Amino acid sequence: MAGLSTRHLLGIKDLNRNDIELILETADTFKAVINRPIKKVPSLRDVTIANIFFENSTRTRLSFELAERRLSADTINFAASSSSVSKGETLIDTVNNILAMKVDMVVMRHPYAGAGVFLSKHVKAQIVNAGDGAHEHPTQALLDAFSIREKLGDVAGKKVVIVGDVLHSRVALSNILCLKQLGAEVMVCGPTTLIPKYISSLGVKVEHNLIKALKWCDVANMLRIQLERQDIKYFPSLREYSMLYGLNKQILDSLDKKIVIMHPGPINRGVEITSDVADSKQSIILDQVENGVAVRMAVLYLLAGQN
Amino acid sequence: MQNLTLLDGQKFQITIQRLCRQLIENHNDFSNAILIGIQPRGIYLARRVAEELGKILGKPVLQGDLDITFYRDDFRRREAPLLPNQTRIDFIIEGKNVILMDDVLWTGRTIRAAMDAMLAFGRPGKVELLTLVDRRYSRHIPVMADYTGIEVDSIASQKVVVSWKETDGEDKVVLVSEIK
Repeated sequence: MAGLSTRHLLGIKDLNRNDIELILETADTFKAVINRPIKKVPSLRDVTIANIFFENSTRTRLSFELAERRLSADTINFAASSSSVSKGETLIDTVNNILAMKVDMVVMRHPYAGAGVFLSKHVKAQIVNAGDGAHEHPTQALLDAFSIREKLGDVAGKKVVIVGDVLHSRVALSNILCLKQLGAEVMVCGPTTLIPKYISSLGVKVEHNLIKALKWCDVANMLRIQLERQDIKYFPSLREYSMLYGLNKQILDSLDKKIVIMHPGPINRGVEITSDVADSKQSIILDQVENGVAVRMAVLYLLAGQN
Repeated sequence: MQNLTLLDGQKFQITIQRLCRQLIENHNDFSNAILIGIQPRGIYLARRVAEELGKILGKPVLQGDLDITFYRDDFRRREAPLLPNQTRIDFIIEGKNVILMDDVLWTGRTIRAAMDAMLAFGRPGKVELLTLVDRRYSRHIPVMADYTGIEVDSIASQKVVVSWKETDGEDKVVLVSEIK
């Protein structure tokens, strides 16, 4: 039976449509597993996974760790802030030292784009990219696609708008690639300064008016403004951004259809989305988090199963 | 390819009927017993037996489908991982008498995995195994069936294929041999 076409999960760019569908279908089964009284299966009991996080994370790290444990893998965790990286050790040295402890897979988040690809060329272990700079965040895109499919029945033919700081967002790029592969229509919306210049070459629509974008879409994925990655001022003030691109209940209720609201987290309540929208019935933000565990279990299962 | 039909037509039907009667001997009216078919092929046997038991007893019998993919012992030992099937167990198995069912009992490894998988749904009172075909002398682990349709002596290169009316158009058990 055919498995994934790739040995690592470095980005959605490396996956074909079959791979994505295989992951989503496998995740269906894992979602059933994590809703059972006993939420654990023994598949990865002889696999050791290192979670290496060079950047802060709450959801992704916990989600991966839970996914690994529910598959019975052994896990070790590593956070750059409390390690020898601060003493000057290189990435390859750090990872090779971890691998010397007989680790089979590495889940890595890194502030630089391409860190996962680089590592995959220099070490033996299988690499799962948990976010590399402003480049890709493949498991987030997969869980977003899974959540849309679960809520709306299918991804193909659906209209999805990604709103906000597209320029600094790895979630945006992975989402665009994944949704396009699955046959959705994608639009990006935000201030001109936060929309990459050549983004339309990915086959997405560009819109600078939030209301128009929301009227067009079935699903709105609201992104956080990544102030930590912004080296210069991209807009006059957060208040102004919020007034033009923040989603509130009034806007949501003015639309003639019920759109689905998504957010990859962490939410800055009152900036890109107000509390009443984030907590509304149209929001599937917490479903995304639940589905994240199932999708990551599917990714780890399919990768680890390759001999 | 050479095919030898081991069971079909009325004989197939009689075998299913006999298995049902044997089950009733041990489980009376099935008030504390449930049937679980092992995915992918054991579910058709379990559904057929449940249907026949329902007719005989005059009331439905609880039946579920169990997927064992994540409990197999050959993960990472084959080219690509096997893809899972659906598990459908909508009842509590705690304290119940469970009859596991598969079409063919060969190495016994599937049954070992099924017993592990089943425990995710509770601690059963008693577990029994029913198979339509028992390929004798080929076990890798010490597993034996409590109820058997037919016993077959075969070699490793042969295959036993069970077809079902519902999915394959005909009830039949065939021994397939590769001719070199």
